[in-house]
Amino acid sequence: MKLFSFIILLIAINLTLICNYSNNSSYETTQNKVLKESIKRGNAVYSDFCINCHLPNGEGVQNIYPPLANSDYLRANRRKSIKGLKYGLKGEITVNGLQYNKYMPPMGLSANEISDVMNYTNHSWGNKYGKIVTTEEVTKITR
Amino acid sequence: MKNSKLLFIISIISIVACAQKHKSIVIAEDPTTIDYTTEVVVPKLDIPWGFVFLPDGALLITEKAGELIHFKDGVKTNIDGLPEVYLRGQGGLMDIELHPNYIENGWLYLTHSSADGEGEGGNTALIRAQLSGSKLTSVERLYKAEQNTKRGQHFGSRIEFDADGYLYFSIGDRGNRDVNPQNLTRDCGKIYRINADGSIPNDNPFLEFPDAKTAIYSYGHRNPQGMVRHPDTGQIWVHEHGPRGGDEINRIKKGGNFGWPLISYGINYSGTSFTKDTNLPGMEQPLFYWVPSIAPSGMAFITSDMYPDWKNNLLVGSLKFEYIERLVIKNNTVIKREKLLEGMGRVRNVRQGPDGYIYTAIESVGIVKIIPNNNK
Repeated sequence: MKLFSFIILLIAINLTLICNYSNNSSYETTQNKVLKESIKRGNAVYSDFCINCHLPNGEGVQNIYPPLANSDYLRANRRKSIKGLKYGLKGEITVNGLQYNKYMPPMGLSANEISDVMNYTNHSWGNKYGKIVTTEEVTKITR
Repeated sequence: MKNSKLLFIISIISIVACAQKHKSIVIAEDPTTIDYTTEVVVPKLDIPWGFVFLPDGALLITEKAGELIHFKDGVKTNIDGLPEVYLRGQGGLMDIELHPNYIENGWLYLTHSSADGEGEGGNTALIRAQLSGSKLTSVERLYKAEQNTKRGQHFGSRIEFDADGYLYFSIGDRGNRDVNPQNLTRDCGKIYRINADGSIPNDNPFLEFPDAKTAIYSYGHRNPQGMVRHPDTGQIWVHEHGPRGGDEINRIKKGGNFGWPLISYGINYSGTSFTKDTNLPGMEQPLFYWVPSIAPSGMAFITSDMYPDWKNNLLVGSLKFEYIERLVIKNNTVIKREKLLEGMGRVRNVRQGPDGYIYTAIESVGIVKIIPNNNK
């Protein structure tokens, strides 16, 4: 019975998504479209380079790999996050009150890919973090 | 009525799709006593992928980000002269191995990802070089996998020599499991065997196969990142990362098909199934499979007398659970698994040094020596 309600819920969510999408798309601003496209590309980058540690729903692993979903660090540290993706992230950080001290190596992503994956993580799993990250913004950030 | 039937079918599919088919027969235990201490012999390394001991007691260590580090008497020196490394995802500067006759010929072998060749992206390359002061000289590329790709996965890259001087190395499926591993005309998802100068041995298994990559020795692999010669039989053993569940230990056989992705003890990361088969005719079975996955990296047999209780055991590093697994193997069956050094960090490599001690490369820590208490 639980499963049945789960399936109903899934269908409901799907319908909501489909309806929302078609509703919005006709009034969509260019900016929104650009963001949506970037998020879509970012999803592919995430599945290739991030998902192993940060997991499919951005939940991470407690005390080992910090969460990206509902993450106070990601919300408050846009520049540091981009820099971490570009050059790697070393040293202790605090995320949602827990300490993390694993080395995240640079993945060799292009500025395009970094902006896309930032947009994906900033706008997935309930996150709504800031305005669109552009390639120019990524390019400008240096060591 | 119709609805309930449909529901029943969906439930069955869901259950089948979400359940791991098999669990490992032997589970990893915590040790009953810890009879060793550890000492960080090379501190402050990020991702020490491979390391070797030079005859003068120095260590050469590869950092994945593209540095080759020489370490002696507490001093680290960066070695120049590496080819350009294509740093992408799991790729970078990877394994290092000495020629069995290094003392006389000075040949070092290294694997790295490279963007050379056709197509965007990169693929695994094998080079040899000699060390002269703090520089690599006589750098020669012996192999470069074709079909570059921007995918970040599965570069493989372990190197090992057998007793006859043949060189074996691995390349993973490069994130393209449905195309590469079962196709002998394509690189990736293979164990390769070449002569130490890069030429192809004249008894390699697929010389007559039309358009085959003739360096291939076995195929149907996912991502082997551990490779070691068995101390008694001389056979090359590998372990390879499975998907979700289904990491394997395999004994490499000339011309063997190890089945990826047609047979597997694992499932997709998403929890869905990609094959119902764990065994098919003409395909090799693993000596052991891990479910759940430990993400194995690095592999060594203990042959020294330093650790009497561990003699002849196999050590395997776990990236995921951050320990070294000690496997006791009897009659080609794993009968015991025990966790060593749990909680120190992601274990990238493990080797027995020329002094008989076990050394392990741990991410963000360095090279760590395991010292048995009875020896102190």
